[in-house]
Amino acid sequence: MTKSYSEHLLANDLKVLLKEIHTAPLVSSWIWYRVGSRDETTGHTGISHWCEHMQFKGTPQFPSSVMDRAVSRNGGMWNAFTYLDWTTYFETMPTDKIDLGLHIEADRMVNSLFDEKEVASERTVIISEREGSENEPFFLLGEAVQNATFRVHPYHHEVIGDMPDLKFMSRDDLFDHYRTFYTPNNAVLSIAGDFKTSEMLARIRDLYEQIPASPTPPRISRPEPAACGEHQLTVEGPGETTYLDISYHAPSANDPDFFPVMVLDSLLSGPSSLNMFGGGGISNKTSRLYRSLVEKELAVSVGGGLAATADPFLYSVVITVHPKCKPDEALAAFDDEIKRIQDERIPVAEINRAIKQARALFAYGSENITNQAFWLGHAEMFAAYDWFLTYLEKLAAVTPADLQKAAQKYLRPQNRVVGTYIPTSAEVQS
Amino acid sequence: MKTVNQHSLPGPDDITRVILLNSITVLARTNFNSPSVVISGYLPCGSLFDTDEKLGLADFTASGLLRGSEKRNFQKIFDDLESAGANLSFSAGGHTAGFTGRCLSEDLPLLLDLLADALRRPVFPSEQVERLRAQTLTGLAIRAQDTAEMASLTFDQIVFDGHPYARPGDGWPDTIQAITRDDLADFHRIHYGPQGLVLAIVGAVDPKAIAGQVAKVLEDWTNPSQPEQPVLPELKSLKKTVTRKVKIPGKSQADLVIGTSGPRRKDPEFMPASLGNSVLGQFGMAGRIGEVVREKSGLAYYASSSLSAGVGPGAWDVSAGVSPGNVQKARDLICKEIERFVEKGVTVEELTDSQSNFVGRLPLSLESNAGVVNALLNIERFDLGLDYYHRYPDLVRAVTPENVLATACKYLHPDKLAVAIAGS
Repeated sequence: MTKSYSEHLLANDLKVLLKEIHTAPLVSSWIWYRVGSRDETTGHTGISHWCEHMQFKGTPQFPSSVMDRAVSRNGGMWNAFTYLDWTTYFETMPTDKIDLGLHIEADRMVNSLFDEKEVASERTVIISEREGSENEPFFLLGEAVQNATFRVHPYHHEVIGDMPDLKFMSRDDLFDHYRTFYTPNNAVLSIAGDFKTSEMLARIRDLYEQIPASPTPPRISRPEPAACGEHQLTVEGPGETTYLDISYHAPSANDPDFFPVMVLDSLLSGPSSLNMFGGGGISNKTSRLYRSLVEKELAVSVGGGLAATADPFLYSVVITVHPKCKPDEALAAFDDEIKRIQDERIPVAEINRAIKQARALFAYGSENITNQAFWLGHAEMFAAYDWFLTYLEKLAAVTPADLQKAAQKYLRPQNRVVGTYIPTSAEVQS
Repeated sequence: MKTVNQHSLPGPDDITRVILLNSITVLARTNFNSPSVVISGYLPCGSLFDTDEKLGLADFTASGLLRGSEKRNFQKIFDDLESAGANLSFSAGGHTAGFTGRCLSEDLPLLLDLLADALRRPVFPSEQVERLRAQTLTGLAIRAQDTAEMASLTFDQIVFDGHPYARPGDGWPDTIQAITRDDLADFHRIHYGPQGLVLAIVGAVDPKAIAGQVAKVLEDWTNPSQPEQPVLPELKSLKKTVTRKVKIPGKSQADLVIGTSGPRRKDPEFMPASLGNSVLGQFGMAGRIGEVVREKSGLAYYASSSLSAGVGPGAWDVSAGVSPGNVQKARDLICKEIERFVEKGVTVEELTDSQSNFVGRLPLSLESNAGVVNALLNIERFDLGLDYYHRYPDLVRAVTPENVLATACKYLHPDKLAVAIAGS
């Protein structure tokens, strides 16, 4: 994968990152805004995600049905995502059609209509989206754990938002949110693919540079105080299957401790892919937790994950408990494994194996231009693109002592919430 | 209409196709843009061979192939795979068992050796079989709580009533309980072999050397007992609309699937049906269905149509996830759109849009190694010819609105639909 890219700052402070890749006749363009669920206050949870939906509802120049038909007609793929720290929109198009994507994004940075009728229609769509999520035990458990883990920091609620807020937020609330955060000086444009940098930059200047900058949007700064004891909770719901969600407060992506925790995750529950598109994963059947939980028939599956976030978020392990086993037994075995990684020096060979796995996942992700453009901008949301380029080197620099120290610092019971999903064994009737 | 640079698409000039002495077909294409390789393939060992009493046996067998072999135990198999950052998995569908794997190019010999070992020499250790059984049963318990999966499964039971496609290939809890370790070994011994095995490899490899590498681990494999594929019975058409509901208490959203059977992949109606389906419930934000159910009525987060066409009759359906109180409203809207589709077909503009989309999206769908592997397997499975993707734009553009209407009228009968609903 080429490391060559260029970085530009327009007069309105829009940051632009360009990376030429000439392996396929495609270009992927991503616009990133520094606004996510962490920028929401009580009564307005879910507003960032709802704004993202409204961005597909049209501008005077591109009415809603015109935009998506134009992208599809030209063989493109487009979508948007809202997360804790950011909201992003992308178009991946054949090389000669990318101008359409650039044009749509420049237009809807400032001209989205937020029509009252469209807001009403989208309200029920988003409520339906939340209801669909509520069908899933993992969502119900994850939401309860996230709420319990963050009392102060705005990472405490799900991106989709709470139902009462989805029912009562107004068109004006949404429009104000849009006007506040959708500004060029609060955005990053990342483009990768089959183009010439000089030509692409000239076109970007044409389309984006006349959009005026606005006051820098506020960002809520309420660090979560250190937890002072383990928190355990239960969630009850339909089904026959018991789940455990064990979530520890974890370092942010720009904290040097992020890399040892990433390696710990790989050793404990298997390598995680940070790729959003392409690549697939690697199984985790030789990970420490698989061996101690699944092979001992205390669980039928186990998985872990550490998210790259701007502020400290969570390292979570989710266990599907074996039907013949009690959740306490699985948790006890989990704790034994955590104690082992805290107390015993980890062999260098095991770390090297994790690095090889990360290298493979990187190679798999680099096949895909959309994924490369994703990383070009995503890393800017919590650090800088250099974070991505040096990721493997930073993992490779982790020592056994670093790992032990990180395990002792983060994987303490006092630093976690343990959630248990208890099935109420509802019968299915045909 | 958009043109496509044919040199970027797989074709006879850059696909290597070799038949080994024992009939295994090897397809390969080079891509040195990334230092990785994808392998994928299939062999005729699907759930069509399962009895009703032991439904799920083909899938159980495929899942058990990596649980231990004559050369490696479970731990060694996954230690070899995961230490290399590689992956390999097996599963079974109706007609075939399939496999897919990925590795850095330096580890391809290892991945091929593991693949051959799993295909030829699995031992199904009892302890591993029981572990796998518990995992499968938990998966089935989760499936029973999944409104989308249960609606889809129920839809298949209505549309394919009396046909093997009505059966879920992963079985039922009681059929999984009935399967023994020896059943897995017997199924493997009888059905697994080189006849009908197709293997595609794409990535940073020399295609000329690939056949030799595959031959080294698989060409001396024989199995004279491999049976012919079962003959599929004729599918009975629905005589009237059939509605079936699955009650899953405690769910805040219901799923519904409405539709009927569709063409086979090799039928001449496949391309008109595919383009018509795009207009009906795919194009843009999910075509006419998305426009009516989601955009105008705000009834669902997802609503779209799909056409699944394979060796035998396919399914052509519309699905949506809605609040339980809106099920009837969504059903009425969907049925009305199906009626309009069958009565009036598609406009020239709608068809042209979808044709442009089909042709224009080729570079995107064939960008990655996995995308090209799937294309190569598609070519082989349905006998499309190595030049299929070069001919594809013309095949798409040849479809007329009249073709779409005739196809819609042949398959979709608004008074003879299968309607499956799952939720509380």
